[in-house]
Amino acid sequence: MTEEIIIAGFGGQGVLSMGKILAYSGIMHDQEVSWMPSYGPEMRGGTANVTVILSDERISSPVLTVFDTAIILNQQSMDKFEKSVRPGGILIYDPNGITHHPSRKDINIYQIEGAQVAAEMGNTKIFNMVILGAYMKLKPIVQLEYVIKGLKKSLPERYHKLIPLNEDAINMGMKHIKPYYLMN
Amino acid sequence: MAEITLEDIIKPENLVYEKTRLMTDKELSYCPGCGHGTAHRITMEVIDELGLEENTIGVAPVGCSVLAYEFMNIDMTQAAHGRAPAVATGIKRVWPDKIVFTYQGDGDLAAIGTGETIHACNRGEKIVIIFINNGIYGMTGGQMAPTTLPGMKSSTSPYGRDVETMGNPLKITELVAQLPGTYFVTRQAVHTPAAVRKAKKAIRKAFENQRDNKPGVSFVEIVSNCNSGWKMTPIDANNWMVDNMFPFYPMGDIKVDGVMVK
Amino acid sequence: MGELKLMKGNEAMAEAAIRAGADAYFGYPITPQSEVIEYLMAEKPFERTGMVVLQAESEVAAINMVYGAGGSGKRVMTSSSSPGVSLKQEGLSYIAGSEIPCLYANVVRGGPGLGTIQPSQADYFQSVKGGGHGDYKQIVLAPASVQEMADFVKLGFDLAFKYRIAVLILSDGVIGQMMEKVELFDQVPRMTDAEIKEKYPWATTGKAKGTERRIITSLDLDSLKMEKHNHHLQAKYKLITENEVRFELIGCEDAEYVFVAYGSSARIAQKSMQLARKKGIKVGLLRLITLFPFPTKQIQTLCDQGIKGFLAVEMSAGQMVEDVQLSVNGRAKVAHYGRFGGIVHSPEEVELALEQILIGG
Repeated sequence: MTEEIIIAGFGGQGVLSMGKILAYSGIMHDQEVSWMPSYGPEMRGGTANVTVILSDERISSPVLTVFDTAIILNQQSMDKFEKSVRPGGILIYDPNGITHHPSRKDINIYQIEGAQVAAEMGNTKIFNMVILGAYMKLKPIVQLEYVIKGLKKSLPERYHKLIPLNEDAINMGMKHIKPYYLMN
Repeated sequence: MAEITLEDIIKPENLVYEKTRLMTDKELSYCPGCGHGTAHRITMEVIDELGLEENTIGVAPVGCSVLAYEFMNIDMTQAAHGRAPAVATGIKRVWPDKIVFTYQGDGDLAAIGTGETIHACNRGEKIVIIFINNGIYGMTGGQMAPTTLPGMKSSTSPYGRDVETMGNPLKITELVAQLPGTYFVTRQAVHTPAAVRKAKKAIRKAFENQRDNKPGVSFVEIVSNCNSGWKMTPIDANNWMVDNMFPFYPMGDIKVDGVMVK
Repeated sequence: MGELKLMKGNEAMAEAAIRAGADAYFGYPITPQSEVIEYLMAEKPFERTGMVVLQAESEVAAINMVYGAGGSGKRVMTSSSSPGVSLKQEGLSYIAGSEIPCLYANVVRGGPGLGTIQPSQADYFQSVKGGGHGDYKQIVLAPASVQEMADFVKLGFDLAFKYRIAVLILSDGVIGQMMEKVELFDQVPRMTDAEIKEKYPWATTGKAKGTERRIITSLDLDSLKMEKHNHHLQAKYKLITENEVRFELIGCEDAEYVFVAYGSSARIAQKSMQLARKKGIKVGLLRLITLFPFPTKQIQTLCDQGIKGFLAVEMSAGQMVEDVQLSVNGRAKVAHYGRFGGIVHSPEEVELALEQILIGG
């Protein structure tokens, strides 16, 4: 079992750290993982994306152009990565700020109002955890138990008090994800 | 009257001068009349007299003194051109209890190695830098150096150094004295017995500073001659040095125990 | 089992340096490898093991600090990326001539010139053919995972001291920047000063009274002596070629074609191999771990096995492919594929190249 994911959005949306949590949860689950970011000037306010691979086997290429799942958080990333989803794969996006919605008919497309949910929860910083929750609802390859373990492992001790809030955000994401286009 | 034999003369009580113990038997490659030999000798005498032989690592430059390691009978590392202060930094940082010094000429220290010199001094590396300034590239055949005087002829300034197009001579010793990382900065010469005694005293102070873990670089410039490169007899070269180099590069301490004195 | 961590390649290399008992790191920041010195400064190895970490004023100064400290018998390393490694070539040539053991890493980015900060493998020639002036070699290790970024630090130090040679970890922006699971080896204690003096009698550690002084130098004005020294160096490189070749064969048992690749390109080619095999093309992968020494004999064995063609996959205009050609020596078809200038080829592109350039071309 191998899951190849791209997460793409603006710098500052927590794209890279969301990927890191996914990778950590994979390790907690005894999986092989890789996390390959875009790096450089792009990181400073421009677009940011990260490729995460979770697998039961040794991972070959950490650099991919075709993905099982794309999580897309801004228009530039939609323009770039909609076409990169494997036929039959999944695209999850936050419609906030999206003017050209995805149009492919050979993949399953879901929306998650991540920015809105996070704002309603009163903490925009948990945006990426809402998105992560939405993803986890669709892909049980990543289980909540391991995400929490991964959070504990990746966060410094002083932030552990924030783990319940993150867990709530994940649950909200799971609750609010809705299909936008489903293949037959 | 009985005949006096050599055996009668060669006695410890008649000894007025002996070979420096920490110099090898290798014949010096320097031109007759050059100051390098004397500078080598007093440096090694100081190391011997302070009992630092077993603890000292020297760094040789590129230039006339590139073969310093052939003459100085201690552990030595030969550095790339200008890089001696970086090499010395590397050694001193991993062997903080050792005594580390560089021995460099003006082209090495003040042209191609300016960055390494300034930054080792600015970091306050606990090393000794011995800087021989003869205002010329001797080894490569008398080209213009960063310290060549205005109007001074060399093979690359055959009509004299034109400061308009070739720039001014660099007083790097005054420059490094301004840096908080230097602890002792002095300018000396080795052209007369009196000057040699003073220079040796300065070198001794520099090594004592490092031995006593004083904060920062001890920097000893020795203004010297290059009779071959200057195309003069040794005596003329020394006289020219006194008349022309010394006014531009004045003798004496510039910074002592971390305090500017000039 | 050692400690499991999720780390960037650059961070894993830095942590491994501390754990391998390194005495010092001297470096200068440059993307995409600044994490190495950042990690070390944050981790305070001077408190953990006594390891020195110093940010030098330049790449040139950093490699010369390595020269000085390595020449005095300590385990020292530096790291940089392509433009910085070009600056270090003078020091590396002196290190080769003076036979100073040391470790350095090049997290390669696209060139020439300032180029780009994106991944590349275009420094192959510089790495394996000398780089600086004079006839010399260095051992080149090519990690293809974060795990190897850590493991090769320890291996690199061991090889450096075994042969008194510079060992280069030739990485790239992909391996340096990505995070993977890494199992960290346990702390190796730093050698004591007494151990260093005993084990490395050539090192400048201060001349004991009545003993021969040690000289670290690459200079000899007597050309006959210099020729003799060069013969000695060449004999050493030959010994390394005989003893230290490292590689990995993946899926070559039944292969008709073979990808030859190292580092991130080997990872990508492994995926291409899976794609090609789904189409029924029997292709394997020869992953180079040492670039010098080059696995010439292994390639010849593959020729004996009847391999029809080799595709050199590298993020360059074609550098390693020349060594593949020399090894194959006309016995099979050799072709090259690679994106460069900071572009990383995709597994699909490489698979297509196999079909169109090697098999169909």
